Amino acid sequence: MTITATHELAIDIGGMPILVRTDSTEFAALLEDRYGSFIHAPSSDRIFSLDIELIPPRTVLEDEDVSVRIESGRWIMTRGDFRAEFDPRGGHGWVRQSANPYSIDGVLRILHSLFLAREGGFLVHAASAARKGRAFLFAGVSGAGKTTLSRLAPPDAEVLTDEISYVRPCPNGYEAFGTPFAGELARIGANLRAPLAALYLLVQGPENCIEPVDPAEAARAVLRNILFFAHDEELVHLVFQSVFDFVARVPVQRLVFTPDARVWELIV
Amino acid sequence: MNAVYPARSKQVAARMLGGEMMIMSPTDASLFNLNDVGSAIWNAADGRTSIDEIVARLCDEFEVTPEAARHDAETFVAELAAHGILHLSDQPIAPAGSGRQESI
Repeated sequence: MTITATHELAIDIGGMPILVRTDSTEFAALLEDRYGSFIHAPSSDRIFSLDIELIPPRTVLEDEDVSVRIESGRWIMTRGDFRAEFDPRGGHGWVRQSANPYSIDGVLRILHSLFLAREGGFLVHAASAARKGRAFLFAGVSGAGKTTLSRLAPPDAEVLTDEISYVRPCPNGYEAFGTPFAGELARIGANLRAPLAALYLLVQGPENCIEPVDPAEAARAVLRNILFFAHDEELVHLVFQSVFDFVARVPVQRLVFTPDARVWELIV
Repeated sequence: MNAVYPARSKQVAARMLGGEMMIMSPTDASLFNLNDVGSAIWNAADGRTSIDEIVARLCDEFEVTPEAARHDAETFVAELAAHGILHLSDQPIAPAGSGRQESI
């Protein structure tokens, strides 16, 4: 699909900019508002691009699950509210959706999860924050306290996300990147990166403390919180391997916390 | 009832960590954590060992009745087969290997 785009915006997440093209001024403005500091001016070194074709809104069933499959090397992504294709070799794809921010957000999450799988990284259901030059992840299912902990973050901590964390290996371990993928906080994360110091599994309890977690529980917890969409044998193996590498290199502990700001005294 | 020979899929992602076997389905990314009995069945599923032999081994290794062992083995094998993690045959099949199984 090729459209005559009049607007180009580079959405740069995890240091991996995707040039989004649309012919709608209103949708371009919506993207600028939605992605804020993650929007960069287009430059010549953009690797990936997406053409957006806007279609009229239609009734979407909430239980229409996302589907990602790989056909002849192309990634085919569908959900009730969008259809998209991406050619990872050429770095180009398209999205067919109505003019809303949720569909392109879903496509970007899928694309980044696939990019990261091939780099040894992953997206994970976790809040994250950077403090004193180091990043911390707080993993848990919905209701575990990711947004609560993010709201309680002290002034010297930058919230990278309250919902979906971005993790990629680096020469000395792993780095966490800010993402615009927000949860109940409804606020995009800080667009910065920091070496990852620890991952905490969130549990609410009567008092704040950090407890050890054995390696098997750590791997199990990370695997269960990973965002992974593609039913593809090679990618499943890559993500599986990445999680075991991760828990061998990054401390994983349980953070038992009460919902008050003193919990951050433990995050140093 | 005909004999059943379970065999591990070659494509499965499996890893032993801290005494716990974790397996991920190659087709739908479902995650399975195996307990001692599950791990024993998994390790015995070489395509040449029948369910009957596996049940006998479970009775030897664990304090379990033949009826309970058979129920556990058949339920376990059926569930993993549904996810493409085990293949079932009514006759012995060539060794399936251990997949990409590693221990750390």
